[in-house]
Amino acid sequence: MSAEQMAKLVMMANQIATSFDTQGGDPATLTAAHIKSFWAPTMRKMIVGHLTGGGTDLTPTAQAAVRKLA
Amino acid sequence: MARLRDIDYGTPPSEAEAEVTVSIDGRPVTVPAGTSILRAAQVAGVDIPKLCATDSLDAFGSCRLCVVEVAGRAGTPASCTTPATDGMEVTTQTPTLAKLRRGVMELYISDHPLDCLTCAANGDCELQDMAGAVGLRDVRYGYAGENHLDLPCDESNPYFDFDPAKCIVCSRCVRACDEVQGTLALTVEKRGFSSKIAASQAEPFLQSECVSCGACVQACPTAALTEKSVIEIGQPEHSLITTCAYCGVGCAFKAEMRGEQLVRMVPHKDGKANHGHSCVKGRFAWGYATHRERVLKPMIRASIQDPWREVSWDEAIAHTASEFKRIAAEHGSQALGAISSSRCTNEEIFLVQKLVRTAFGNNNIDTCARVCHSPTGYGLKTTLGTSAGTQDFDSVDHADVVLVIGANPTDGHPVFASRLKRRLRQGAKLIVIDPRRIDLVRTPHIQAQHHLQLRPGTNVAALTALAHVIVTDGLVNEAFVRERCEADEFADWAAFVSRPEHSPEASESVTGIPAADLRAAARLYATGGNAAIYYGLGVTEHSQGSTSVMAIANLAMATGNFGRPGVGVNPLRGQNNVQGACDMGSFPHEFSGYRHVSDEAVRAIFEAAWGVPLDPEPGLRIPNMLDAGAEGTFKGIYIQGEDILQSDPNTRHVAAGLAGMECVVVHDLFLNETATYAHVFLPGSTFLEKNGTFTNAERRIQRVRKVMRPLNGFEDWEITQMLSNALGYPMSYTHPSQIMDEVARLTPTFAGVTYEALETLGSVQWPCNAEHPQGSPVMHESAFARGKGKFVLTEYVATDEKVGPRYPLLLTTGRILSQYNVGAQTRRTANVVWHDEDVLEIHAHDAEDRGIRDGEMVRLASRTGGTALRAKISDRVAPGVVYTTFHHPLTQANVVTTEYSDWATNCPEYKVTAVQVSPSNGLSAWQEDYEAKAERSRRGTPAEPAE
Repeated sequence: MSAEQMAKLVMMANQIATSFDTQGGDPATLTAAHIKSFWAPTMRKMIVGHLTGGGTDLTPTAQAAVRKLA
Repeated sequence: MARLRDIDYGTPPSEAEAEVTVSIDGRPVTVPAGTSILRAAQVAGVDIPKLCATDSLDAFGSCRLCVVEVAGRAGTPASCTTPATDGMEVTTQTPTLAKLRRGVMELYISDHPLDCLTCAANGDCELQDMAGAVGLRDVRYGYAGENHLDLPCDESNPYFDFDPAKCIVCSRCVRACDEVQGTLALTVEKRGFSSKIAASQAEPFLQSECVSCGACVQACPTAALTEKSVIEIGQPEHSLITTCAYCGVGCAFKAEMRGEQLVRMVPHKDGKANHGHSCVKGRFAWGYATHRERVLKPMIRASIQDPWREVSWDEAIAHTASEFKRIAAEHGSQALGAISSSRCTNEEIFLVQKLVRTAFGNNNIDTCARVCHSPTGYGLKTTLGTSAGTQDFDSVDHADVVLVIGANPTDGHPVFASRLKRRLRQGAKLIVIDPRRIDLVRTPHIQAQHHLQLRPGTNVAALTALAHVIVTDGLVNEAFVRERCEADEFADWAAFVSRPEHSPEASESVTGIPAADLRAAARLYATGGNAAIYYGLGVTEHSQGSTSVMAIANLAMATGNFGRPGVGVNPLRGQNNVQGACDMGSFPHEFSGYRHVSDEAVRAIFEAAWGVPLDPEPGLRIPNMLDAGAEGTFKGIYIQGEDILQSDPNTRHVAAGLAGMECVVVHDLFLNETATYAHVFLPGSTFLEKNGTFTNAERRIQRVRKVMRPLNGFEDWEITQMLSNALGYPMSYTHPSQIMDEVARLTPTFAGVTYEALETLGSVQWPCNAEHPQGSPVMHESAFARGKGKFVLTEYVATDEKVGPRYPLLLTTGRILSQYNVGAQTRRTANVVWHDEDVLEIHAHDAEDRGIRDGEMVRLASRTGGTALRAKISDRVAPGVVYTTFHHPLTQANVVTTEYSDWATNCPEYKVTAVQVSPSNGLSAWQEDYEAKAERSRRGTPAEPAE
């Protein structure tokens, strides 16, 4: 997987997390649920792999959410 | 089959509830109070002669042909302008009336060409009919006097001629333009005998303000305004009702035929979405169906560098199946996917997603709604419980305040715009929120009360500020909220929007909207009576598209604007079947009826019906498929009716994604831009050549009827079925009605939908089931689909697409009246006379700063890419904002747009791209390279020389 593709997934995860950061409820749980609902397993696997490798550039909420997907 | 002829009642129906009973030639008839004598007579079956009257227009009373006698009253009143009153006794034929009518007809005919046998309207001419009806036998005045017979014919419009020699100046065309279309482009110039119909300032129709909707042609009782196709072919001999294949309004048309040749499309008077009106696209722009560039035979090639080779259908299908099987074997079944099209029928769309879920064995199915209204699906489902607009189009007749945000109805949804304009002329108030001064802001007899000209990308800030005013001014409909919405979430939301940082004053620096204007608009929306919101892609195609949709739902819930006519949240769908494509389970995460693939109970229903295990995980969306294509993990795609290379953002990336695949199958009418990267081309059928249904923006399911055999040999659903069978998943439908039956069995909101029901009802709006057997014009009447309405907090998050020194302007994109989407259809019609290239609207200040003059070529560049097009200096856009359309492949506007997308749905952020504009001396290198590549790609294998 290219760095460009990974950066795109990180950006998408961060966007989702940022949106749920302000919607009330537990942002990490909501973000994780959203990703599980709408992302194909291959994409989820990639972002989980990215977190395992350090999770560079993922926001704290996005990191917490991806951790729930692992 | 016969030609369907509508009954013309002469004047519009009265909406009064009280009734009156009148006697027409001794026949009693009861009609609503306010009904004209002319209409009451027609209801009683008495056909009073008329010429200036027609039931789509208000009575005018000019021709004096419909005169009658009324017992107890002196004179001979015109029956069109005289209301029937209780107990009235009307006589429609007496010697006096007959003499009067003959006199009128003599005057008309004395100044009319006597060329009936060679006239295009022969057999369809009301003047001819009236001459017969009144018993005209001679004309006492002769034909040698002063007349208009030598006036030149205006043939400038590509679709109809205006021959003033045949005009009787009844003003029906003028009134149609005023009352039905609302453009007010026509007038009667001069007076008395010199009276003449004129377009704008007596200009040729083509150069005038006329928008070629065809209302005048339809209203004309003679051959003065006649379709060129009728002049060329002759009168049609049979007709079938079908549905337009352009925008989401879903106009019903009579396809008027001579044999299998389409003579003309006439808007259907009983069409529930259009009520007999049309626009230039649906009415006239159907010539693409027989355009010389249409491809009718399947073609394949091993490599996209190779020329195409025509093959039989058997070979094309076998080759495609073989390639897809090979890819699945080598790369796994997840390496395959498909894209369905909102231009196709519900049945075709349903079949493509079924093919993917069963034969491909995955959920990698997506549809073009991904790039337009997917945020509507997410936002309305979250807040209201279902992914659809809440009203029918008729609802606008009951609106007191209309808020249009991010939509340009006069260009994108012109027939709805005419309805809206009529309501506005009646006094409804208008708020427009748009970065661009769309026509509705100021158009004849209409002036928006407020145009909030916000900066592109700041919808959420503006909508939240509107909510701030509504809450802090105490304008919330407390009773509605208490009864219909989640209390805790409302309280959280009210506290959220009340924060000082969400005030109009605080958000002004972000949105650019003067706070006072925004406050006034909010107060008007909340207090002006029935308030309806109509929105388009200017809401959805943003990084916060879904948030904006939820903010819109919040506003409507807070003010109690749901559950009755005149209110609601109304997404204006771009293409004809966007709603249907979403309904039919075209998204990778859900089955038909918006049910998630992970829901075991739902999946079990589909598995039982389809006889195979189904993937419980969401599949790839269009951008994900392209990413995976570029990464080399996604290898085969079936694209039905879409041109993603032209329509999707960041063309270079789309090209890279497609180029990375081993088998790209394009199923379309033309070798479109995407076909440049295709290995298999399957010729498609037009909407004229197939049976099926479309679902319009008001959830209205309407029949598409086959009026001619498919020129390519098959309807599109048959082609998908052949592919499925070749892949080993058997399908054996013999008619699309069977596919709809399956949809109904599997989809609760469609449970009552059958072709038989559609024949009986004409059309039906889902939900249509045991609870709503006649369908549902208005949704959420007593409760929201999800139960209680859900308020969602809508914090503004600025897009990552920022202006800066290199790219200081914001580009936003849209469409124009005469063209449609990527132009595949409309570019292959005479509509190009109005828009033969995309242009860049730029404000004079920005143009001046850059040394750009009107009409000159400019380079438009973003961090993604660059293109060149002609500049048009315009004050429709504010300084700092530029605008263009994406109808022409040479422009390749999407070379410039970015891959930023909506946070929830990946809908691209087409509406905000940071760009720079500079003078240019010609096309960009990308354009020249691409044009050459596309040309090369379209070549075929030379035919073998004949022996």
